[in-house]
Amino acid sequence: MSNKKLAIIATKGTLDWAYPPFILASTAAALGYDVQIFFTFYGLQLLRKSLDHLQVSSLGNPGMPMPMAMDKWFPVLAQALPGMQSMMTMMMKQKMRSKGVASLEDLRNLCAEADVKMIGCQMTVDLFGFEPSDFIPGIEMGGAATFFEFAGESDICLFM
Amino acid sequence: MANVDKELDARGLNCPLPILRTKKALNDLTGGQTLRVVATDPGAIKDFQAFAKQTGNELVESGEANGEFTFVLRKKA
Repeated sequence: MSNKKLAIIATKGTLDWAYPPFILASTAAALGYDVQIFFTFYGLQLLRKSLDHLQVSSLGNPGMPMPMAMDKWFPVLAQALPGMQSMMTMMMKQKMRSKGVASLEDLRNLCAEADVKMIGCQMTVDLFGFEPSDFIPGIEMGGAATFFEFAGESDICLFM
Repeated sequence: MANVDKELDARGLNCPLPILRTKKALNDLTGGQTLRVVATDPGAIKDFQAFAKQTGNELVESGEANGEFTFVLRKKA
């Protein structure tokens, strides 16, 4: 019997949206799935060597729970002030650490160890002027057709 | 408590780490050997049942005491 297959398209380059693809991919791999993730547009940020630059924003994100009831006394416009995004990111990272949530680097390493295949979108690489040296080793570059080769055979296909 | 071949402390870890560490620990065992996992993530109860069902490793024991969840898995032969 051949393994089940999970195909994921990762399109977001923020700290919060970096988690779902890596969590689901690593878990599926642990359950015996063959997994591929296609990173396109802002999702390419998740393949860069360091992930320290990923941030989370409360702007345009009304579902984000804020500490100390900040959403009650902080007008939305004030969340656009310089430094706010860094502060939100810092608080989010602190919260994740205190709750025992894995770091993104750890999850990405676990994916790589479990043979999750990570493919960067060549078109986006060219569009944003990335260099191959910007990315972690062991990934492949490809286009939409590359993705469909695997996704067409997949049991589950997710767009994130 | 029954004797097991390997122990895994997954306390303080959150989803999906207990499952990923469990999978790794099972890799070191041979078929029929047992692994005890202790976790504090409340989601682990359902996750370990689902893990066992999907991977064919048997969940032979599952318990809770003082906010800690204990699972014993027998590796698929």
